[in-house]
Amino acid sequence: MIRLQGIEKRFEDGFQALKNINLEFKGGEITVLIGPSGCGKTTTMKLINRLITPTRGQITINGTDISTVNPVELRRKIGYVIQNIGLFPHMTIAKNVGVVPRLLKWDKHKIDRRVNELLRLVGMDPDLYRDRYPSELSGGQQQRIGVIRALAADPDIILMDEPFSALDPISREQLQDELIRLQQEFKKTIIFVTHDMDEAIKIADTIVLMKDGEVVQTGSPEQVLRHPANDFVKSFIGKKRLRAENGLEALPIVDEVMADNPVTAYPSRGLAEALKMMEHRRVDSLFIVDRNHILRGYVSIYQVLDQYGEEGKTVADVMKPVVHTVRTGTPLTVALKLMSKYGLTNLAVVKNNNQFVGLITRGSVVRHLAEVYPPAQREEPAYEGA
Amino acid sequence: MKALDLFGGSYADFLRERYPDILRATAEHLGISGISVAAGCIVAIPIGIVLARHPIPWLQSVIFSIANIFQTIPSLALLAILIPIFGIGTKPAVFALFLYSLLPILRNTLAGLQSVDKSVLESARGMGYSAAQQLWHIQLPLAFPYMMSGIRMTTVYVISWTTVATLIGAGGLGDLIFTGIGVNKNELIFTGAAAAILLALLVDFILGNLEKWVMRKTGTTKSDTTISY
Repeated sequence: MIRLQGIEKRFEDGFQALKNINLEFKGGEITVLIGPSGCGKTTTMKLINRLITPTRGQITINGTDISTVNPVELRRKIGYVIQNIGLFPHMTIAKNVGVVPRLLKWDKHKIDRRVNELLRLVGMDPDLYRDRYPSELSGGQQQRIGVIRALAADPDIILMDEPFSALDPISREQLQDELIRLQQEFKKTIIFVTHDMDEAIKIADTIVLMKDGEVVQTGSPEQVLRHPANDFVKSFIGKKRLRAENGLEALPIVDEVMADNPVTAYPSRGLAEALKMMEHRRVDSLFIVDRNHILRGYVSIYQVLDQYGEEGKTVADVMKPVVHTVRTGTPLTVALKLMSKYGLTNLAVVKNNNQFVGLITRGSVVRHLAEVYPPAQREEPAYEGA
Repeated sequence: MKALDLFGGSYADFLRERYPDILRATAEHLGISGISVAAGCIVAIPIGIVLARHPIPWLQSVIFSIANIFQTIPSLALLAILIPIFGIGTKPAVFALFLYSLLPILRNTLAGLQSVDKSVLESARGMGYSAAQQLWHIQLPLAFPYMMSGIRMTTVYVISWTTVATLIGAGGLGDLIFTGIGVNKNELIFTGAAAAILLALLVDFILGNLEKWVMRKTGTTKSDTTISY
């Protein structure tokens, strides 16, 4: 177990990165440190292997004060994975994985066996990959090597600093799954830093939410989702997750669903300009607004093409009034009913003074649904009702 | 060998007759260049390592300015300047050539060390490499090709400049050339020049192979296998 007591950290430039941190990291668990950038999560993690020394306070690992331990020796007993992977480009994969065992002066054959075992663990054939160089591997493979390199000397503690954030979404998912699988087998004490709430919920046993150098809330993902400590936590978790977790399928309002930056044009635009704009933004209609963003009308590409020959004309001459609009705050269901009743492809959302704020389109509705029911939750039977 | 008719008489005879002189001059030449470059490495590489480790911008610019100034002084002028200080002979020549070798070696050492990816160093430190191990196992191997190219380039230059050093009595292949000019003996001029060229090419070739051998021996590759993230 790792315990941080009364930790403060002030950097040389006077920036106070951590303010009175008291934390316990339970053995055999994944603790995720999460928060916006600059919240001190990485600093907190780096205290544990003495890459950063606290200004005040004490850190103990299984009761031993780490300030009494030689930092180099300490680091060899703690696995370390960084965001940029940091494989040594001049060493083969086998050498990279065997770094810490070599530093610990293991027997050569033992290192070889260990490297092969670890490569197989992440599904990489040792015969194929041992003698390759990091540059010959894909990003996902490189970070797999980064992870097994941290496991090589079988440390009890592993620190991971946003290890998957630089990867593409598919590799990231795969590596998260592999980490969960490895953890079930090995039960390491893992301190995992991320800024991605989905990742935290997926892998964490305990989430530690930080902000401005302080711990805001600590708890299991379930606890944090069900009982967010304050508004910051709520906003960080995001409304959608909260709603999904609490089963409150509150009706969404149009503001949440609409596209915020629909294509608009001023009434004085010429028809050629309007056509160019539609082409560029790949839309078949423009909403015409004045300088105060008050909705004036609507032109479709047909109207523009129809009158295109008349050079003097502006969009103001060809636009049609917008018949159907909804006010902000209208429930989405009302908007959808309107759209289906009048066969509308889109529906403008306006404020009280007819100021144009957004557009409901079929695409925006689908996007909204995709966000509310993210594919990450595929194992839940939520799809049946949706 | 039509061209050699220029020299009048048989060039082979000349070589046979003078070859102890030629050999001695070549050995001297190699000695002067070798000592200069070796001394340059001994001074410049540690300075490069220290500068890379503790980047002090003003110190770095001062050192580079000084080394730069030496670089811009014409070789003959530098040799002349050193006469009042060291007199004439081999010593001032070696010293001047040593000054010339400093900058390129220093610059390449520093560039090589600074080219090492920060994340590579961070992970090395985080995994428990001591400072010396980081230098020895990570930074120097990755910087090695840069450093070697600096050393090779310098060596080739120094071999050619050594030829001029004969003017202050340093000896070497320049002796043959300038004697040849003095007594109007084309064989001597040609032999001195050709030997200097061959020497430069040969040394560059040997150093190139040494570089490859060291990299094979340590199981490292050229750092052009840098990872693209």
